[in-house]
Amino acid sequence: MAAPVVEAEASGRAASRPPARERKNGRFSVHFAHYKWLYLLLLPGVLYFAIFRYGPMYGVSIAFKDYVPFLGINGSPWVGFQHFQDFFANPDFPRLLWNTLVLAFLNLGIAFPLTIVLALLLNEVRLTILKRTVQTLVYIPHFLSWTIVASLSFLLFALDIGPLFQFLNTVMGTNTDFLSDPAWFRPLIVLQEIWKNTGWGTIIFLAALATVDQDQYEAAIIDGAGRFRRVWHITLPGIRSTIIVMLILAIGQMLNTGFEQIYLMTNALNREVADVFDTYVYFVGITQGAYSYSTAVGLFKAVVGIVLIFGTNALAKRFNQSGLF
Amino acid sequence: MKIHNTTGGRIFDAANYVFLSLVGIVTLLPFVYVFAGSFATEAEITRRAFFVWPEQFTLGSYEYIFSTPAFTRALVTTVLVTAVGTLVQLALTVTMAYPLAKKTLRGRKVILSLVVFAMVFSGGMIPTFLLVKDLGLLNSYWALILPAAINPFSLIIIKNFFQELPAELEESAKMDGATEIGILWRILLPLSKPVLATFALFYAVGIWNDFMSPLLYLSDNSKWTLQMYLRQVTAASDLLGTGNVDPAYIPPEQGIKFAVIVVATLPILIFYPFLQKHFAKGMLIGSVKG
Repeated sequence: MAAPVVEAEASGRAASRPPARERKNGRFSVHFAHYKWLYLLLLPGVLYFAIFRYGPMYGVSIAFKDYVPFLGINGSPWVGFQHFQDFFANPDFPRLLWNTLVLAFLNLGIAFPLTIVLALLLNEVRLTILKRTVQTLVYIPHFLSWTIVASLSFLLFALDIGPLFQFLNTVMGTNTDFLSDPAWFRPLIVLQEIWKNTGWGTIIFLAALATVDQDQYEAAIIDGAGRFRRVWHITLPGIRSTIIVMLILAIGQMLNTGFEQIYLMTNALNREVADVFDTYVYFVGITQGAYSYSTAVGLFKAVVGIVLIFGTNALAKRFNQSGLF
Repeated sequence: MKIHNTTGGRIFDAANYVFLSLVGIVTLLPFVYVFAGSFATEAEITRRAFFVWPEQFTLGSYEYIFSTPAFTRALVTTVLVTAVGTLVQLALTVTMAYPLAKKTLRGRKVILSLVVFAMVFSGGMIPTFLLVKDLGLLNSYWALILPAAINPFSLIIIKNFFQELPAELEESAKMDGATEIGILWRILLPLSKPVLATFALFYAVGIWNDFMSPLLYLSDNSKWTLQMYLRQVTAASDLLGTGNVDPAYIPPEQGIKFAVIVVATLPILIFYPFLQKHFAKGMLIGSVKG
């Protein structure tokens, strides 16, 4: 242990008082010598980013090539926008777009407002024990994997014996297999999303609610405003910017339907409504080996996502809201 | 806030309390049912539509799953991969965060911008898969650890934490002749224990819950993790039209599914009190940075 300490000391001293002759060689070598341990520590992380983050970004170029594993990324021939044209001409394209958008709008239209409603209701609770207990309970599902969420759904809706299978079919007087009926795919996905993430999503809104000016409530009470009017005129405007930021984020993520969730709930009978961009990339790319084509599909999705997030941000600014950036 | 005791307000409060309690209970019910079912007999699961307490208590489902090599192997694998993966990921994140916390380090800004860029843009599923394949990591547990080794978001939060520690600590250590690595190891890390524990949990939950990486990178089903095993056990076999299915697959009894779900959930529930405390904070730091 002693030797490196002495060595570092020595190099540190040399760096702080470099001889005149060394200065000409450029300051970086001196700087580097002084900070060599830090650069050494930095190296693994930089390598990680170069390989595992920027490597795949370079690999995206196969979307414009005819990738042959044997030839590698560089050796495969360029084909321009061929894969994109193929994808747009493919009857799968309108179906995927529709499935993805319907799920996205169901989540935006149902799960998103529910999060705000739950946050508002929790905010009205003055009984601390109740508030904490409910929060503790509704946050739990967020930490469970989609595999567990899907497995719970399989058990609850299990054909003939699942509790929800029996309950819902008795109430509706039907005999539906919810897990394979295409009409029930989307309701199940939204239900899972609500169960898993609504509670957790309230955290940000609750934090925003805590910053709403309390004096305004007192003034409103004196003016005779009731509970709902106070929520409508003070609370909601108070968290408007948070709602807008979260909405922009949600819209930017719209096409990211959650690969794991959709994949786990997809089966041979509901493929028609279940296929979305993310799972399509997997099925076509990984299981069928159409690497270039599926990379093009993934790139298309990513570009649309970026356009969406910048678009909503610009729109939010036009309507005089602060926006995200 | 001032309390206003109008009749309407009181009715609203009562209704709200009842409603929120119901929300909490409904959230919990699936767990209670699965937990109870894992200790129930097969006959009871099939006969009773819903129950929160088994009539006849049995450990049969657990005895069965722990006697099957496929399950115990998946469990041991997942525990080991989670433990090693968390250590590797945390070590990589911390060693990168520490130099980046030094404002005088040259190249720091370039690296930080590249990190932020990587937060927004990624190569996507297929290019990442091809990279892992070209690196020869298919069917290797490193494929579950390395591709997501450093979370850029965690990296930046840890970097900011190091930056905010008083500079005098390091200066005095330097006077005593400590190297940069010595300062990190003996001074900064002990001071950062709570922060590191938080991000260790963050990484551990990520690896434990990961389904996509084993699905993409482990085609050899003797290497499957718990999530993959769970998927195979609980999915209705006749419906499996997708992905990796063992041809010799026999649909297991219900009780076994219940028990596997409980085992896969338990570690998360045990750590949940810590998770709730720290993750909520982390989420708010994130929201401030936007």
